[in-house]
Amino acid sequence: MTALLTVDDLRVSFPTRNGPTEVVRGVSFQLGRERLGIVGESGSGKSQTGRAILGLTPPPGKATAKRLEFDGIDLRDASVATWRSLRGIRISLIMQDPKFSLNPVMTIGRQLIEAARRTSGRAEAKDRAVAMLEAVQIRDPRRVFDAYPHELSGGMGQRAMIAMMLITEPDLLIADEPTSALDVTVQIEVLRILDRLVTERGMGLIFISHDLRLVSSFCDRVLVMYAGRMVEEVKASELAQAKHPYTQGLFKCLPTIEGDVRPLPTLQRDADWAR
Amino acid sequence: MTGLPLRSRWRDSAISSISWKIISLLVTVAVTFLGLLFITFMISRLIPVDPVLAAVGDRASKSTYDKMYLEMGLDKPLWQQFLLYVQSILSGNLGNSFLSKRPVVEDLRRAFPATLELATVSIIIGTVLGIPLGILSAVKSGKLVDQVVRVVGLIGYSVPIFWLGLVGLLVFYARLGWVEGPGRIDISYEYSVSPSTGLLLLDSAMQGQWDAFRNVFSHIILPASLLGYYSLAYISRMTRSFMLTELGQEYITTARVKGVPEWRIIWVHALRNAAVPLVTVVALSYASLLEGSVLTETVFSWPGLGQYLTNSLQVADMNAVLGGTLLIGAIFVCLNLLSDLLYNLLDPRVRRRVALR
Repeated sequence: MTALLTVDDLRVSFPTRNGPTEVVRGVSFQLGRERLGIVGESGSGKSQTGRAILGLTPPPGKATAKRLEFDGIDLRDASVATWRSLRGIRISLIMQDPKFSLNPVMTIGRQLIEAARRTSGRAEAKDRAVAMLEAVQIRDPRRVFDAYPHELSGGMGQRAMIAMMLITEPDLLIADEPTSALDVTVQIEVLRILDRLVTERGMGLIFISHDLRLVSSFCDRVLVMYAGRMVEEVKASELAQAKHPYTQGLFKCLPTIEGDVRPLPTLQRDADWAR
Repeated sequence: MTGLPLRSRWRDSAISSISWKIISLLVTVAVTFLGLLFITFMISRLIPVDPVLAAVGDRASKSTYDKMYLEMGLDKPLWQQFLLYVQSILSGNLGNSFLSKRPVVEDLRRAFPATLELATVSIIIGTVLGIPLGILSAVKSGKLVDQVVRVVGLIGYSVPIFWLGLVGLLVFYARLGWVEGPGRIDISYEYSVSPSTGLLLLDSAMQGQWDAFRNVFSHIILPASLLGYYSLAYISRMTRSFMLTELGQEYITTARVKGVPEWRIIWVHALRNAAVPLVTVVALSYASLLEGSVLTETVFSWPGLGQYLTNSLQVADMNAVLGGTLLIGAIFVCLNLLSDLLYNLLDPRVRRRVALR
């Protein structure tokens, strides 16, 4: 398997009054056309890892790495032109909440066309946009096409977001908690759509979530992050045999349907893990 | 098949929601205006100026005084007086000015276009320069350009405008001779332009009097630049802060992920959102300019509303003062209405909210 994405010793730091604070501290992994899950609690640096890959670390933050390569292209000091040829065309990102990630004063259609226009002409872009809305199982794509984001439910909005990010058929999709803002019932539908599209198009996926169970059922490999560090990389099927006490702890905290666990397990933390 | 009819129904409801909104706004305007009339009426009754004495003069005989007292309806109960007042105003009668001996309406028709013209040129200068400067400042936030724009804005904010006006006249009129001095137009041109709108730039252009147009322009550009600078300071500051808020939003990240070029992110994505609150800012600046800036009008001997009101106040010419107050109130109401309608056009979320009500 040739690596689509190579990340070696990725570090993201933000300046604070007491000097720079590293929120991602040496994350390394390789990704082919497969699904990689990144799990971790809030503030573990999983989202910042995803954004750093797209060169979208919010200023004044800085991302550095020993290697950061996408399909042989060095992303570390990529020019504006390089980023333009990658973002939206070969790599894209689905964000958490469509309430904030869609432009409130533009119709869904215009936002989709804006993405589609990257790789197709004006006339074709509209057809592709409507077709893409159909592909994310929106029943009345023309209506949604003309709607503004606030006129859609969360689930519909997130489907529109997925449509927008997949419309150019990128090689790598980063999904940053794509279902956390949705109702549980809608979550499964949206995930199913995402799953099908990713499989059909054979793209690489980085699935960022705090939901260990979701990630392990959805991904091939799981990367567990704690306090900006990668504490463990494990095959999703072998999560139960995870070696790191943090992963084991997380795994044990998952509620089970059968049987009762008393007392409820809590997560034990060790200051050493963050070192 | 279900898509198309639904779509047209959506369009219809958007239109009807707008017309509904216009009706509700008009009702609001009527009520506001009535309130405004009530306030000006109460002012006229509460101030310690005897309206009869002011009308007949202090040398009038007792019988003349009494006759006038009855004529003005001052013997009637207060609510009847108010109705009479509303009636006379609705028929376009604001009474006579004691100072100019002319109907107040006529005076206002003379003074207001001068202010309107000055205010309009000023707000155009302030908006056309202020918004791009504010955007630049937000995009280069923290950099040198940003600091310069902010300092320039701060100066516009804090330097008294009469001082700037005097210095401007000294430098650009007296020393450099780039612009014309005080007044709206040179006397030599004054009677060649026949007043139709009262806006001299418009009148002279419509009559093809380009020499007069140049002269008027040369007169207006200095005071308009100063007032424009003043509103630029406010507009650029607000633009900067609205743009910084919008540029920090998630949908901007989405646009970046899509590979949208930076200029488009700024001018299309962020500005379209920042434009919504900006409408109010520009409308308020414009309204405050339309009140007539007394100081600027005095420095540039501009025969506008501000000067008219100040002169009238000094001699307690109450009809003139109340007429002017009413006009300013009406301007505020109209501009509010206008910015509400613009809000409706710019923000789809407002449109929906009305439809759902």
